[in-house]
Amino acid sequence: MTSIEAHVQQPYKYGFVTDIESEVVPAGLNEDVIRLISAKKGEPEWMLEWRLKAYRNWLKMSEPHWPNVKYGPIDYQAISYYAAPKKLPKLDSLDQVDPKLVATFEKLGIPIEEQKRLTGVAVDAVFDSVSVATTFQAELAKFGVIFCPISQAIREHPELVQKYLGTVVPHNDNYFAALNTAVFTDGSFVYVPKGVRCPLELSTYFRINASSTGQFERTLIIADEGSYVSYLEGCSAPMRDEHQLHAAVVELVALERATIKYSTIQNWYPGDEEGKGGIYNFVTKRGKCAGASSKISWTQVETGSAITWKYPGCILQGDNSIGEFYSVAVTSHKQQADTGTKMIHLGKNTRSTIVSKGISAGRGQNTYRGLVKIMKGAEGARNYSQCDSMLIGDKCGAHTFPYIDVRNSTAIMEHEASTSKIGEDQIFYLRQRGLSAEDAVSMIVNGFCKEVFKELPMEFAVEATRLLGISLEGSIG
Amino acid sequence: MKQGKALLEVKGLRVAVAGNEILKGVDLTIRDGEVHAIMGPNGSGKSTLAQVLAGHPAYAVLAGGATYEGKDLLDMKPEERARAGVFLAFQYPVEIRGITNSYFLRSALNALRRERGEAELDPIDFLQFLEQKLKAIGWDDSMMNRPVNEGFSGGEKKRNEILQLAVLEPRLAILDETDSGLDIDALKTVAETVNTLRAPNRSFLIVTHYQRLLNYITPDVVHVLADGRIVKSGGPELAQELEVRGYDWLRDAAMVS
Repeated sequence: MTSIEAHVQQPYKYGFVTDIESEVVPAGLNEDVIRLISAKKGEPEWMLEWRLKAYRNWLKMSEPHWPNVKYGPIDYQAISYYAAPKKLPKLDSLDQVDPKLVATFEKLGIPIEEQKRLTGVAVDAVFDSVSVATTFQAELAKFGVIFCPISQAIREHPELVQKYLGTVVPHNDNYFAALNTAVFTDGSFVYVPKGVRCPLELSTYFRINASSTGQFERTLIIADEGSYVSYLEGCSAPMRDEHQLHAAVVELVALERATIKYSTIQNWYPGDEEGKGGIYNFVTKRGKCAGASSKISWTQVETGSAITWKYPGCILQGDNSIGEFYSVAVTSHKQQADTGTKMIHLGKNTRSTIVSKGISAGRGQNTYRGLVKIMKGAEGARNYSQCDSMLIGDKCGAHTFPYIDVRNSTAIMEHEASTSKIGEDQIFYLRQRGLSAEDAVSMIVNGFCKEVFKELPMEFAVEATRLLGISLEGSIG
Repeated sequence: MKQGKALLEVKGLRVAVAGNEILKGVDLTIRDGEVHAIMGPNGSGKSTLAQVLAGHPAYAVLAGGATYEGKDLLDMKPEERARAGVFLAFQYPVEIRGITNSYFLRSALNALRRERGEAELDPIDFLQFLEQKLKAIGWDDSMMNRPVNEGFSGGEKKRNEILQLAVLEPRLAILDETDSGLDIDALKTVAETVNTLRAPNRSFLIVTHYQRLLNYITPDVVHVLADGRIVKSGGPELAQELEVRGYDWLRDAAMVS
């Protein structure tokens, strides 16, 4: 199986460091640091108070250890909670930005200069603790769409932020969400007004660069009645021997008949073959289908991080609302992932679909953990879950923990699960038809993930398959 | 019959799988355009011969060798053999989830075309190419948009192997018990297709337990493999004789020798 394993364990291509003058706040976490972050962002008093409330709660909480992952203790006082390049652009102009920043994003495939921008995609580029540039803001504004760094939204659209921030993921939701609420720096804010179909794909790219820092992004997306938005996030980090913490919170709110499609291509540095270094990706993502007939769809392709801990979920509050979760999670080397979703059915005739594909290679451990909860009032609720695991080699593991809690007898639930192993016979079959061993593995893995990849926006499906080192099946026809 | 150039020459081939010697010295020469049948009882090593010629990594060559177009076949990777024109129709074709037959076949064909220095076919060109091939063998395209072998019946899987053979146009086609699990109609279809594909620059090695496929495909040479050795070779009439007499008389003869 050596050729198969070698193929899956390709070297990390985004591990470079940008040599740039940065302002880094000394390591440590206390109320003064939080005040400092809040002051740097020019935040109003209510925001600071919320952060402090979360921090005081966090002090009383303890790190969760129920996930099926193993790691040493995290020293929260050894992390710096704010790092930002010194030369930042003023307003929406890149004139004063350090060319190294522009070059960094260009190298990552995220051109932010006016003339090179991706067509059809508006990008918010976040570097360590700050947003460097947000493209197409003015064009989107013509449609009434707000797409900006969350720190800007707090200053310029406080009424929207105050109305929705923390309504889906409360400040004390869990240990990492509380920490995020206390120290979050940047992330994106999206508001799509009533009846507007957002004309561009919106995308945020998160780059960690500074060492000994954590990244605490916060994203809030609100889709007003009858609107539609498709949003995608990508990320990467340098290769370092130390572990770095990334604890994000994402909140989505879909009002009546609104649809939010949220896609993630997660490619944080996964650590080396021996498990040295890599990002701890401890993330809380949740969407609320607040209005009737609204829809939230999560698609995630998780290839990076030393440890992934995330359960993008949907609260299906509005009657006839729909929640979807499509996931591909890959663990190789010594990566560990404990990921899945939560579908909470509150409204009548709510529907949810879960399709999870876990791929384990090397000494990777891959866990699907999912909760489907049908509450008493959720008359006629339906759920379909499918969890497939694929094993490559014989030193990795796949685990599945589906939790089902049904409190209404009219509910219809379906759960399917499978575990397969890429076998020498499958590889041989494809090689006998002239494909190289690498292409054979690609084809098998690609076919396995197809149901998820087809949910990704066209512009990013290619990127996702390339990330898995596989050629794209079905990109044409 | 005018003898063509030797395409495949197997000499003294001894092969083991999981430490057990299965082939104990096989000699076999297949010339251009010839159809050879390998018959024999279960466990005689027929499928091992097919697999080892195609390069399955589970089989260890202990001694002897095989040349293909004058080159050391056993030194080539499975994909190199395939690209050089060696095709194995599998006894147990595997399923590839989520990949359509059409995409799979195009990838395989393009791997071969790259090797030959020909331009790769895009999906549209491939569809036209495929249409011609299907027309030539009188098949429809109903299998093309289904995932490779997934949910196929046993007969459909075997037919799919023959379809791949027709598209990839090998120089040496090895059919490993393609007839097993086929009903009589499917057997006839497969045989007719193979007959259509017979050509002066294409040779066949047909591995079969029963004679019935040979009612429809007339081989040039029939070999009987017993206990890892070819114990008898002859013309098509040998297959008829085996049908009547079974294998035991040959096996006994092999033991004595």
